[in-house]
Amino acid sequence: MNRRLRAVLSRLAQALPVILGVVLVSFLLTRALPGDPAAYFAGDAADAASIEETRVKLGLDRSMPEQFGLYVLQLAQGDLGQSLTTGQPVVEELARRLPASLELTLVALLVSCGIAVPLGVLAATRPGSWIDHACRLLVTAGVSLPTFFTGVALIYVFYYLTGWAPSPLGRLDFIYLEPPSVTGFFLIDAALAGDAETWFAALRQLILPAATLALFTLAPIARMTRAAMLSALSSDYIRTARAAGLTSRKILFGYAFRNALLPVVTTLGMVFSFTLGANVLVEKVFAWPGIGSYAVEALVASDYAAVQGFVLCMALLFVALNLVIDLAYSMIDPRIGFDSK
Amino acid sequence: MGLDTSRRGFLKGGSVALGAAALPFLKFMPAQAAGDDVVVVVMGQTINSLDLHRTGTNRPSYQVAVNCYDRLVSFGTKTMPDGSLSYDYSTIVPELAQSWTVSEDGKVITFKLKPEAVFQDGSKVTAEDVKWSFDRAVSVGGFPTTQMAAGGLLRPDQFAAVDEETFTVTLDKPSKLALPDLAVPVPFVLNSKIAKQHVTDADPWAMEYVHKNTIGSGAYKVVRWDPGQQLVYERNDKWTGGPLPGAKRVVLREVPSQATRRALIERGDVQMSWNIPNKDASELDGKVEVYSTPIENAIYVVSLNYNFEPFQDPDVRKAVAYAIPYEEIFKTAAYGRGVPMWGGSGIETIDWPQPSPYVFDLDKAREHLEKSAFAGGFDVPFSIDLGQSDWMEPTALLIQEQLAKLGITSTIDKIPGANWRTASLVEKRLPLALETFGGWLNYPCYYFFWAYQEGHLFNSSNYANPEIEQLVGETLDLPVEHPDYAPKVKRMFEIAFEDLPRIPLFQPALSVAMNGATGYEYWFHRELDARKLAKG
Repeated sequence: MNRRLRAVLSRLAQALPVILGVVLVSFLLTRALPGDPAAYFAGDAADAASIEETRVKLGLDRSMPEQFGLYVLQLAQGDLGQSLTTGQPVVEELARRLPASLELTLVALLVSCGIAVPLGVLAATRPGSWIDHACRLLVTAGVSLPTFFTGVALIYVFYYLTGWAPSPLGRLDFIYLEPPSVTGFFLIDAALAGDAETWFAALRQLILPAATLALFTLAPIARMTRAAMLSALSSDYIRTARAAGLTSRKILFGYAFRNALLPVVTTLGMVFSFTLGANVLVEKVFAWPGIGSYAVEALVASDYAAVQGFVLCMALLFVALNLVIDLAYSMIDPRIGFDSK
Repeated sequence: MGLDTSRRGFLKGGSVALGAAALPFLKFMPAQAAGDDVVVVVMGQTINSLDLHRTGTNRPSYQVAVNCYDRLVSFGTKTMPDGSLSYDYSTIVPELAQSWTVSEDGKVITFKLKPEAVFQDGSKVTAEDVKWSFDRAVSVGGFPTTQMAAGGLLRPDQFAAVDEETFTVTLDKPSKLALPDLAVPVPFVLNSKIAKQHVTDADPWAMEYVHKNTIGSGAYKVVRWDPGQQLVYERNDKWTGGPLPGAKRVVLREVPSQATRRALIERGDVQMSWNIPNKDASELDGKVEVYSTPIENAIYVVSLNYNFEPFQDPDVRKAVAYAIPYEEIFKTAAYGRGVPMWGGSGIETIDWPQPSPYVFDLDKAREHLEKSAFAGGFDVPFSIDLGQSDWMEPTALLIQEQLAKLGITSTIDKIPGANWRTASLVEKRLPLALETFGGWLNYPCYYFFWAYQEGHLFNSSNYANPEIEQLVGETLDLPVEHPDYAPKVKRMFEIAFEDLPRIPLFQPALSVAMNGATGYEYWFHRELDARKLAKG
């Protein structure tokens, strides 16, 4: 265990240069954006003089190395600066929006896995059967419908026509109030507060956007499960196991599935990371106050602090995610020595 | 944050900020029954500050200055031909001021404040508060200072608190713009006693505090602000600026997707959808209440840059003006909402905007192009703003198609939001572009000041004409009733239509949908004025 802890720490240490690189690159990239934030934020009727005043106020009149030095100094104190588009400190904003995105993405992935993994296993055990075709049909449909279309279509059917879903007004309808913040995940916070009404209200708001995202992420997971299961089932050790007369249940889950899990987990990690960044459209359609729409708004307005904060936050998240996935590997398959690296 | 965001306090109404009025926010009621005096409004944009004077405060946030603060004076209200309400530029009515007098030479305006006017904390509104607020507006720089300067309000020494209820503004020269400029959202009055408690050496105007707290005497106060999500106004029952609003609470939700906003208003789960696209306005009309008001002193135009060689030729400019399919643009891009600005029959009034004499006539366009030095045509990039692509894209495509028939090849260049202002207004480097400008102060000379004077921000065509320079300078401060005013303004129109740095297309409209609420009023600032809203 001690060795593993040391390995984790060394992995974290290895991530440091990556983070430093991200800090530098995100700083340079935002400055390379063609827009002029001073002109943008000076307001509608600003003249050259007031644009210049705004530039001085934003500290954009200083030299680049000076600006970078200030930024790093702030960063060292845990201050990501102030976003101009929203007028809030970036740290506060990320702390509020990241859980919103994470909650949506995790619920969507949970739903997606709950459907895609069994479906993939079933399709692999009966290749060419009707269930295999049904699986193919579902995932093709899911991946070929753009998320904003699925989202709008779901709203149209379940909110506009039938009225079953609540108003698509973000994480909670306006008549409810946020549960006291512990984790930022409304489902967890409401459960901690023992507030069933708010818990159900938050869940109801989650269903449509999570379903939209889940539909989109079904395909890679189901396809990967099917392929990995097929190759595992056709391998020598399964033949040996069958010859040894093990029960088909033991063969399927004890040997084949466990071996097939590795590529599935890898895919899951990839799907998670791109969904988190790519659910901007879902966030917009459902007025979800997530991190994706925040980043896009910031980019459009050349809001340096917010863009840098977002990139840094995502970098940290990916470092953590990769670590978790590597740990998961070594648990699934002890032959992969995480700690020996 | 100074706002009460704790859930328990909000629900039980036990906190000072909320008082006993938190009741309509019952926890488990369906949205429709959320209370007879709660109006829910959705909009696509975001509020980024509660303080208009702050650097970087965006347009939608100006409404907080309107709803939560008072000015000395305001504009009256008139009923439009379609029965909707609009502010009335021609009458100035009291808000915090009870009365005012203008000195003989027109330079000193003396205001008497309402003795009963109080801030939300119950303290009296004094001339000292007005003085501090006006000093702030002219000192913080950026947009507020520019807007104050438009009315001749430049320096703190122009403002004086004579006694508790008397306040004077001294102008360097008399100007018809001064009084109306006091009725725009910028010179709002803050509670200087509270603000001064939050002043620091680095922050002499309490910008940080006012950014997150409303400390005015206005019709509402902000009781909850979740940036990026919602803003909740609660009625200030001590308001003296006008009749109390019918709505006790106004909940403003930010919903970025237009399709979602439309579903919400059609279902009636929200009572108002702010600034809906023209397409929705024409489709929703009849299903829900739709108000489309032409935006005063605003025109959507094609801007021809004088720095671009072919456009220096007057015949090329006229050829372009005759090659624009106005009618089709108005139908496709504006869905017929707004006012046509083409095919005018001569300049008879001093109304602005007014139609240009040009119509869609390709033969005439060809004739003009033949006469010019560019008879064979030329290549030109046609720039549009990605953020306004809803009307700019169809308009540009329609114009591009007709220009091609003249041999003018244009390629459409979409520029994202942050770069648009820099490219079109600051650097003024786009040869052919679409442009929109609307003046807050509703005078033709004010429009020309911003859009036709050399070097001014909205003159994206780099247009310079000595006669226009002189005429604008002469008319800007002149009263409209002055005998010289009308002839000079008509001459400006004439030159503008002859020189064509900006080819008018149409006057845009602001459209708002209502379902289950009343009291919408159009204002020149084009943001929500919730002071007359009521459910029903």
